[in-house]
Amino acid sequence: MLPEPFHHIIFVMKTRWLAIILLFCMLIAQSSCAGHASPSAEKSTHLGTIENKGSDTIVNLALAWAEEYQTIHPEVHLSVTGGGSGTGIAALINGTVDIANASRQIKEEERESALANGTEPVEFIIARDAIAVIVHLDNPVDYLTLEQISDIYSGKISNWLEVGGEDRPIVRLSRETNSGTHVYFLEKVIRLGEKENTTLFSRDTLLLPSSEGISAEIRQNPNAIGYDGLGYVTEEMKVIGVATAPGGDYIFPSQATVNSGEYPIARDLYMYTNGQPEGMIADYLAWILSPDAQSIVTELGFVPIKQ
Amino acid sequence: MKVQARKQPFLKEFTITTLIKIAGYSAILFVVMIFLFLLLEGLPALRQVALDSLLSDRWYPVEDHFGILPLLGGSLLITLGATLIAVPFGIGTAVFLSEIAPRWLREILKPLVEVLGGLPSVVLGFLGMLVLSPYLRVLLDLPTGLSALAGAVLLGGIAIPTVVSVAEDALDAVPKSYRDASLAMGATEWQTIWRVTLPAASSGVLTAIMLGVGRAIGETMTVMMVTGNAPVLPRGLRDFLSPARTMTATIAAEMGEVANGSTHYHVLFLIGILLFLISLVVNVIASAVVFRQKKRQDRILS
Repeated sequence: MLPEPFHHIIFVMKTRWLAIILLFCMLIAQSSCAGHASPSAEKSTHLGTIENKGSDTIVNLALAWAEEYQTIHPEVHLSVTGGGSGTGIAALINGTVDIANASRQIKEEERESALANGTEPVEFIIARDAIAVIVHLDNPVDYLTLEQISDIYSGKISNWLEVGGEDRPIVRLSRETNSGTHVYFLEKVIRLGEKENTTLFSRDTLLLPSSEGISAEIRQNPNAIGYDGLGYVTEEMKVIGVATAPGGDYIFPSQATVNSGEYPIARDLYMYTNGQPEGMIADYLAWILSPDAQSIVTELGFVPIKQ
Repeated sequence: MKVQARKQPFLKEFTITTLIKIAGYSAILFVVMIFLFLLLEGLPALRQVALDSLLSDRWYPVEDHFGILPLLGGSLLITLGATLIAVPFGIGTAVFLSEIAPRWLREILKPLVEVLGGLPSVVLGFLGMLVLSPYLRVLLDLPTGLSALAGAVLLGGIAIPTVVSVAEDALDAVPKSYRDASLAMGATEWQTIWRVTLPAASSGVLTAIMLGVGRAIGETMTVMMVTGNAPVLPRGLRDFLSPARTMTATIAAEMGEVANGSTHYHVLFLIGILLFLISLVVNVIASAVVFRQKKRQDRILS
């Protein structure tokens, strides 16, 4: 009686594999459409390759820069990959990349292990990113103080009534713990930037694996509160005005308020090189800081650095 | 000449049997190697993290909180829910296909069920995220629809084709004479199905359920997208309506960015060992029950 059923398992498995293979084909087709980082045919004209790896927040920006730079300087080949800030810095320490992207500053331990390995990380601030606190369009709450946001996420406040809203439970949304944005939000907002503060995210905070997961839930759930990079905010959600202290001015995130330092939840985005960059890496970084490259920053929803 | 003619088939036979043997043993070899690899990467976690920390109810690896109970609880809760959905629907469908449906309907339905089994789980996850969970939130007036229930419903859906496929084959393999004898003795069709056909096929049906459970507990993408992934230790059946985090989703979400060789990395492998052991236990129980019933059946039939 037993062997026969297995025919069908094999059949089921076959169709599943087919689906997976199809999906892979689609992915490959898509990435080759995007056309970046593909090893080009006219290799002879190439001066060399710049390896660039790190933060997933920055990866789209880095790709856009690389694409633009390669049309101006076809002799330089840029290869850009994501993987996370930590991954990028680890690769820089191991000497496998020329530039590491990071959405946070390099940690002391990382700097030490780099020096021990004979690498000297040099920091460049390449753009800024505002993190917007977002809610459903129908939520009557418009403004929150940093402390209220901290209390909401740490679990002290669990009803919108307590912050001037309707009588609804609060559903807290966050990115997964491996995201640089998650760690930044923990340190800067939930712990209010205090070093000894050990408050954690409330246990029942939903940890969603993607920005799309957060926006899908915010769009349809009036109980939800979430946070994400300004570049991911769309018309279908409401951005909350944030005040640093009760009674202070409520500021909405924008290029102007981030650069003037008024909006409190904004961070710098970094690139790290091994020692002072020379040659084509120095040229590339100089170009990134130029107005041309910084205009791409605006297009992608990030905030350009002050000139 | 004669000798060669006899030698040729022997050589052929020998190569083929050896190849088949190698293929058979390689499966065992792979399982053993995978398990050794898991042990090698996962056991250091037991040395680096105190046991009472591992058994705490807080999972927050960024700050070195490595309590795996919420994850284990989440996985078990969602798998239980999925089983409660997949077993009645799966076996009901299998009974309908094999015992009640006319031949033409069966020829259409069975391939359809199998196509359902081939749906990529990401697609189901998307449906769950955009359709099922908003619907559940409004229907049950929940704070959020991203909950263990949403995960259980989708996993049940994923497990159903497996259960149907295997259970239907088992029912099909029951000799027609059993049914004829039962009907001839005046039993109704329902009595025949419930008292004769299903018990006769019980070992196959049990295999079907176990394969379904195995499919549910190992599923990753769908649960990661619809359960909300909040590591809360479930304390009762009411927690079906709140978010949960499974072991599989934790490994998938965190493995990508964990530093190679760190404590967090080893703990993730420890969770992998746990998953491996759970599916091993499920399989061992299934085969033990099947084996015992076979013996009983043999006694009755002989």
